[in-house]
Amino acid sequence: MSRFLSLIIAVMLLAGTALADPLGLGRVAEPDEIAAWDIDVRPDGTGLPAGSGSVAMGEEVFVEKCAACHGDFAEGVGRYPALAGGMDTLQDERPTRTVGSFWPYLSTTYDFINRAMTVGYGEPASDDEIYAIIAYILYSNDLVDEDFVLSRENFTSIRLPNEGGFYMDDRIQTEHPLFIRPACMKNCKDEVQIIARVETAFIPADMNRDGSGKTRLAIGETLFGQCRACHQIGDGAQNGVGPVLNGIFGKPAGSNDRFDYSDAFAMMADEELVWDFDALNAFLKDPQGFIPGTTMNFTGIEEDFDRNALIAYLQAQGP
Amino acid sequence: MLTAGPTLAGDPAITEMQPWRRDLGDPIDDALYGMPSPFESDVTRGRVEWLTPDAYTAINFTPLHELDGIITPNGLCFQRSHAGAAQVDPAKYRLMINGLVDRPLVFTLQDLLRFPRENRTYFLECAANSGMEWRGVQMDGVQFTHGMIHNVEYTGVPLRYLLDEAGVKTAGKWLLAEGADAAAMSRSIPLEKALDDCLVAFKMNGEALRPEQGYPVRLVVPGWEGNMWVKWLRRIEVGDKPWHHREESSKYSDLMADGRTRRFTWEMDAKSVITSPSPQAPVLHGKGPLVVSGLAWSGRGTIPQVDITLDGGINWIKARLSGPSFDKSLHRFYYEFDWDGRPLLLQSRAHDSTGYVQPTKEALRKLRGVNSNYHNNGMQTWHLQSDGRVENVEIS
Ligand code: HEC
Ligand code: HEC
Repeated sequence: MSRFLSLIIAVMLLAGTALADPLGLGRVAEPDEIAAWDIDVRPDGTGLPAGSGSVAMGEEVFVEKCAACHGDFAEGVGRYPALAGGMDTLQDERPTRTVGSFWPYLSTTYDFINRAMTVGYGEPASDDEIYAIIAYILYSNDLVDEDFVLSRENFTSIRLPNEGGFYMDDRIQTEHPLFIRPACMKNCKDEVQIIARVETAFIPADMNRDGSGKTRLAIGETLFGQCRACHQIGDGAQNGVGPVLNGIFGKPAGSNDRFDYSDAFAMMADEELVWDFDALNAFLKDPQGFIPGTTMNFTGIEEDFDRNALIAYLQAQGP
Repeated sequence: MLTAGPTLAGDPAITEMQPWRRDLGDPIDDALYGMPSPFESDVTRGRVEWLTPDAYTAINFTPLHELDGIITPNGLCFQRSHAGAAQVDPAKYRLMINGLVDRPLVFTLQDLLRFPRENRTYFLECAANSGMEWRGVQMDGVQFTHGMIHNVEYTGVPLRYLLDEAGVKTAGKWLLAEGADAAAMSRSIPLEKALDDCLVAFKMNGEALRPEQGYPVRLVVPGWEGNMWVKWLRRIEVGDKPWHHREESSKYSDLMADGRTRRFTWEMDAKSVITSPSPQAPVLHGKGPLVVSGLAWSGRGTIPQVDITLDGGINWIKARLSGPSFDKSLHRFYYEFDWDGRPLLLQSRAHDSTGYVQPTKEALRKLRGVNSNYHNNGMQTWHLQSDGRVENVEIS
């Protein structure tokens, strides 16, 4: 039976056999209350307020209110999402899903920006400003010209390129027949080989125990013993042969201005190296290999597990 | 094996007086809200920073490797929010029902407590659980491969009762559920599901919902992806069509290899995983008796059977299920055997009450490609090494 046929039957059944009588609980919602909360917008335009805005106005508002996270051209900053680009990438190895390349309906931009990006992460914006921002997002996706003006009146005439790319969940038809079957229990294959394993997995601080049952953080602390000859860490730590390592995780390299770094190190600092997981991992594996000429006279830590633990320990130390 | 005979010195844990034997313990006023033993302080949720832009639209993971039974303790239930965990004042809590209804209504928390209540235990799994493993093995711990799941006994009012109170018009076919937080999370839900088994819940495992789980009220949508279980529930609108909001188009939709996208992939298909041994729960005792423990679940029913393999899927053995078998709830399984210390390739395979058998990841990749992000219910392989360490692997 189709989902919708059974839906109709369920509704009919309910109409007949519902809870005997309403309990008379709750009270009637007032029109101004409904207006305050009923903010949703649908693909057919239901819920759109009166208003309009141009690409030019949108660019101004977007740069002021949105660009810090989404970039001046809606290209995304850091791990904040891009809102433009990625056209025709949906079959690529690494697709880019944006309003232009992926979203099926333009109404979703109005609804989402209004509900989630004018509070919390964002800043208040008027209805006209939201129309303008959307005009600018469309422009950034090469979907409209620079003199375009978006309004409630022309809103539903704008169709996004991937509208036809979505279809209803069909796992029941396409997948379940393959997996609803007796399972093999004996001699199901001839041989088995490991074809992939985790290389350098990153697990946050204190989330793992080694064979002795100690936590990763405790192991890291022990391993830090190898660094103590040259580095201090914790309250009252001072520079020694090497710089203080308080809060080193996430800090730019060579940024301790009381410490006299080698030229090799100063160069990395100029290149804006930051001690994130990958950088620390590479440096601690092979200091001389990662920064040739560094005066950190230390051979490195061979074991992946040990480096993970040590980095977890460094990460856990405060500034 | 027991060994007897003369030993030079006894175990100091026995022969020496321990402080907890000598001294009085903590006064009972020290813990009016009880906390776990300090020796368990590393049993916490854990976050993986690179997964999300920041700590507000973020996720942390249930430490499955440390847990047993089927219930997830409230403080360890994984947490996903899109704009932080809202702190809602219960005195100002309101639930509105509007749209295609005879009487648009507003309920207070006290109003909700006057409807008949039900207690039901359900798993909540994020659609993205195991999503980081689509392209290959990546996370070395079951907490991070499978920890976007929890299992909780909810107390709440069937959503059907509230809809009856408002009177759904015949044109009403869909609901929009909406949150009160800074994301105002919104999802379209077919009326059929709402009338079937959805709850408007205010208690989890007997106590008030935790803020990060939607205090004071969340929606429970049994068996369906976690994002639909709107937290801090403030409004239900009845409509005639779905809304196609961001979390059901841009996100929580499944991009296939052919570039087309499945939408409304609500049900969570049958899945299972061995929680111990696993990379964060290595075998510390060497060879001999070993307990394999794990979880199985299905968004389409119960779990009548779980199979275990020790040799990477050449031969399978039925595991032992222990504990209640509730509809759309976690099931706990065990397999006990005498480990000879040889490396093993461990997998588990769930069968659900519809006859569906959990597939391999490879079978899913053949059907969907590797870009769908969501709904990875493939089998997990752990490589138990002779020294007791466990790694996350894929096998041929
Ligand atoms: C402080 C950072 C920040 C600012 C400022 C901000 N956003 Fe966002 N935006 C985000 C984050 C974070 C997300 C993802 C939210 C989530 O995960 O639910 C997002 C998501 C979005 C999305 C959905 C992207 C997708 O692919 O699903 C749109 C559209 C958007 N923002 C538009 C805007 C607009 C327009 C503005 C300005 C009015 C704005 N944002 C301001 C952080 C920000
Ligand atoms: C023999 C002394 C010595 C030992 C042992 C040593 N370091 Fe260093 N370390 C240094 C010196 C010197 C520098 C500065 C390098 C330069 O200027 O080229 C340094 C720099 C660093 C930096 C960069 C700091 C910054 O401000 O950018 C980190 C991180 C670091 N060491 C971590 C460690 C860790 C972790 C260990 C133990 C595994 C360790 N070091 C062991 C001497 C040492």
